[in-house]
Amino acid sequence: MLKNRRHEALIALTLVAPFVAIYGLVFIYPTIKMFILSFTDAPLIGDGEYVGFDNYTRLLRDRRFDTALWNTFYFVALSVVPGTFIAMAISLGINRLKGRLQAFVLALFFLPYILPVSVVFTIWDWTLNFQFGVAMHVFDLLGIDRVPVFKSSAWFMPAVALITVWWTCGFSILLFLAGLRAIPVEIYEAASLDNTSRWQVFRRITWPLLNPITALVMTIQLILQLKIFDQVYLFSTGGRMNDNLVLVLYVFQRAFQSNQGGRAAAVAVVLFLLVIIVSVLNFQLARLSGSRDR
Amino acid sequence: MTHDTVKRLNVVGLIITIITVLCAILWTFPLYWGIISSLKPEDEVVRPYIELWPDTLTFSHYVDALTKTQIGAWYINSIVTALGITVLTVGSSLLCGYAISQLHFPLRRPLWWLILGSFMVPLQTLIINHFELIARLGLLNTWAGIILPQLIHPVVIIVYKQFFDSVPKDFREAAAMDNASEWRILTRIYIPMNWGVTTALSIVTFIWSWNAFLWPFLAVTRTEMMTITVGITQVSDAFGVYYARELAAAVLAGLPVAIAYLIFQRRVTQAITLSAGIKG
Repeated sequence: MLKNRRHEALIALTLVAPFVAIYGLVFIYPTIKMFILSFTDAPLIGDGEYVGFDNYTRLLRDRRFDTALWNTFYFVALSVVPGTFIAMAISLGINRLKGRLQAFVLALFFLPYILPVSVVFTIWDWTLNFQFGVAMHVFDLLGIDRVPVFKSSAWFMPAVALITVWWTCGFSILLFLAGLRAIPVEIYEAASLDNTSRWQVFRRITWPLLNPITALVMTIQLILQLKIFDQVYLFSTGGRMNDNLVLVLYVFQRAFQSNQGGRAAAVAVVLFLLVIIVSVLNFQLARLSGSRDR
Repeated sequence: MTHDTVKRLNVVGLIITIITVLCAILWTFPLYWGIISSLKPEDEVVRPYIELWPDTLTFSHYVDALTKTQIGAWYINSIVTALGITVLTVGSSLLCGYAISQLHFPLRRPLWWLILGSFMVPLQTLIINHFELIARLGLLNTWAGIILPQLIHPVVIIVYKQFFDSVPKDFREAAAMDNASEWRILTRIYIPMNWGVTTALSIVTFIWSWNAFLWPFLAVTRTEMMTITVGITQVSDAFGVYYARELAAAVLAGLPVAIAYLIFQRRVTQAITLSAGIKG
């Protein structure tokens, strides 16, 4: 018996070995190094002196860090809640359709999600092009003044948020559809016997029963958008990158453009902790409200 | 319920349906517009009005994109790295997920907690140390350098464990009676019973890897080693202001994943809902 158990453990360790090796090398080691690095004045590659909490205290007086932090929150506010409700509305519409039409319409809404960010960038950069963009023709028709969307700091974040919602909505739509399909038909049948209005059905049945999914979609979006980089970077190139800083972009600037690994790592640690705190809080909230969907 | 209300409800329903379909068309319009523009001659592209169909259809921008950029090399880099990431991630996660689900071994629980914990970690914050690691290993500008830091997909192993957990224990006991080895039980029972999940996870891992931007963008500085996702953003200068060519390059970059999605639509949907923790 003892031999059997040792044998089993040996097999298990062989099976987990590749995974553990990969995780150790590209996950655990870099994570620990990030924390250590944030307490030094090291460049991107190479060693530095221990400087205590200097890199962190500097962040308190760092205006670019302020910009990055607030822009990140601003972007989250612009994309998460609107994105969730747009996805919910679309999935309610799709859920009414049947058969091939449903599959087709779902595919149309989902297609952007499957595309690389650089394709999304190229397409929207072209659509919103100041001179030739089709959106500007529409602006002309509506009598709105043309705007150089990605060169104007007032328009930049809302536009990138809109594009992000367009790009990632398909994901949330799928989750909402799964949620809608899990609502038993009998409940709706009972409601239709009572001659309940469409709005009442939504308010009393669909909305409350979708709550766990709504919370899930919002959390996933929130955590995802805190880590935004790609879109902001691509749309900022040739524009005003310093006005459009977000946290990951600031990490990138400090590390790869200013060659300050230590200071960049301090920003990275802040974002790291921010995301972990949000995740843990959400997990606890979900547990308290008794939802077991995660 | 009176005749009138039935009629009214149906009219409202029809309107909602029409709005949904119209929204879907509007939603896809930027994609359509991008593709159509890439098929127009350059002088037609910049006409100051909306033209839904080109006067003259041309593929010259695609020829230009294919011959005047290194798009061929980028395709190969993307295919190799995305396949590498997929095989290594799915393979290692399958083995590890099986062990955690079915076998007893020391440190099993801490390992599982570590995996669940890594789910929360924002990988973007690790770029500095990934860069340092890959640089020290001398792997910048190589396929291995692009692949390694992208092997962290805890979702895959979490989904595998769930599915292995739900395989009835009877199969295992019956196989154990026949003195089947652990490897045989895995390859003859657990893997075949879960081919669907493996396919679904592989397809989305491939799509995620194909679409990855931040790390491939950092790990590669030499044009010929870029993946296509990064490549098409780096050479627009080389084109000057030829919008149609940029769009053609973008269409070429998006095409493989779009086709993969259209073919494996159901599997992609399944994997996406699974990755969010909803068992489909």
